[in-house]
Amino acid sequence: MLIYSQPLELTKLLAAVDSFLQGNLTPGWAVLVKGILVGILILVVYALIALALIYIERKVAAFFQARLGPNRLGKYGVIQSLADMIKILIKEIIHINKADKLLFFVAPLFVIVASVLAFGALPFGMNLHALDFNIGVFYLLAVSSLGIIGILLAGWSSNNKYSMIGAMRSGAQFISYELSAGFSLMTIVVLSGSMQFSEIIEGQRYCWNLFNGHLPAIIAFVIYLISGHAETNRGPFDLPEAESELTAGYHTEYSGLQFGFFYLSEYLNMFIVAAVATTVFLGGWMPVQINGWESFNQAMWYIPSWAWFFGKAGLMMFLSLWVRWSFPRLRIDLLLNLEWKYLLPINLVNLLVMVVVVLSGFTLTDLFPALFGK
Amino acid sequence: MTEQIIFYLLAIAITAFSIMAVTSKRIVRSATYLLFVLLATAGLYMLLGYYFLFAVQISVYAGGIMVLFIMAIFLTHKPGKNVSVRRGWRIGSSLLLSVAGLLLCGDIILNNVIGIYQFIENEKLTMQQIGTAMLGTGKQQYLLSFEMMSILLLACIVGAILIARKTKTEKNEPNETKL
Repeated sequence: MLIYSQPLELTKLLAAVDSFLQGNLTPGWAVLVKGILVGILILVVYALIALALIYIERKVAAFFQARLGPNRLGKYGVIQSLADMIKILIKEIIHINKADKLLFFVAPLFVIVASVLAFGALPFGMNLHALDFNIGVFYLLAVSSLGIIGILLAGWSSNNKYSMIGAMRSGAQFISYELSAGFSLMTIVVLSGSMQFSEIIEGQRYCWNLFNGHLPAIIAFVIYLISGHAETNRGPFDLPEAESELTAGYHTEYSGLQFGFFYLSEYLNMFIVAAVATTVFLGGWMPVQINGWESFNQAMWYIPSWAWFFGKAGLMMFLSLWVRWSFPRLRIDLLLNLEWKYLLPINLVNLLVMVVVVLSGFTLTDLFPALFGK
Repeated sequence: MTEQIIFYLLAIAITAFSIMAVTSKRIVRSATYLLFVLLATAGLYMLLGYYFLFAVQISVYAGGIMVLFIMAIFLTHKPGKNVSVRRGWRIGSSLLLSVAGLLLCGDIILNNVIGIYQFIENEKLTMQQIGTAMLGTGKQQYLLSFEMMSILLLACIVGAILIARKTKTEKNEPNETKL
């Protein structure tokens, strides 16, 4: 394999920072400073992505509904969400009577911590990967399941029946769809033979998992998109916060920054789902590569890996927004039917099909090793 | 050094939250403290570098069991009401019992478990190793017990569905039959 020139990668910058820290500090302190820097960077990127997503969502929603959307602050209203952020930061946090104060305070933290933990394990680009566990996919599923506890506690501690019903609905929905999301990711783990994100991406150098596993992979992809979308409580699945019945669901009683946490984590969860779909099915940050076409591959590498990642993830998020603003809300029993009577059985069979495909060598890399092989 | 600091922080968290989980008068708060205990335990696994168990601890206990606990508490009568605490000899006897349990467990761990425990040589335990250990039929591989457990869980699920379902098809009971 040729070494491609990668002019816009951040690898050199990271190496320079690393050697600067190593040179000026003792090893222990260097690790500590690096850890803190990475943590700050992750939080900053988290906030920036949330701000960008809120603006994009409002614009896309406006586009779908044939309106203008935010257009007063800045050119095309680009700093609208910045203004919203400042507003939410200085708003009063209202303490309600007869609520369980402690749990009311803890609940939004659960939600946001779960999404930050999941966010930290995403591979944003070449060497832009904070946590690369050998159980990456499993870790992501595990920590993202923490958020639901925050939602349940929020609903309960608000001492409000609408919050409570919203939280129960949300809990039922989240637990149900998490099964599907997990199973569809497991299907791809079977295909790629690893749970580590870096290995999964490396395995998709010449052929994305979506194509490599053809039929079962495409089914898994569609199911992952549906269940990931449902897990974030958005789109046609946003009945936990059905305005007409439940005011605002589990975060009815929240205000100020605490509400901001719920809001932020909802957008970030959307991003996380899109990023996982990108990484696991669409090759992650790996540029489009074709075996043997060296100059084409070189041209593709001129686009940095993080741009590929955000491009693909952006496409996935646009799909999510498209669905959200196109379909009417499902009823709760239809929603649970969809999961338990359709998606889950399909998923189980699909997993078996994938095992058969992998074992009997019907993946594209096995069938056409010259074209897609490693 | 760093590991020790983190260990002591986790240990303090585990002890403090365990005590709070037992002494708290509000049952939902107890459940939340218990969740913190479980999360701190997951932190211990992380400290050991055993990431698989870390993720299992979080997804099974925090994501599954605690959600079940909280939902079960929600379904009880007046979940917000304070639990009355029984004083006197009950506290003393339960204290005695827990100390006895601690001694028993400590004895078993010190004398029996450590004796047969095999330390894993290589640093990182891969998923492939865990998979072959769980689903192999050779020595120190646990296919039989693994499958037995899955049959047990299946029986539990079937039993739960049988209990939860009322007459014909009631679709509105998603919470109990879930896990």
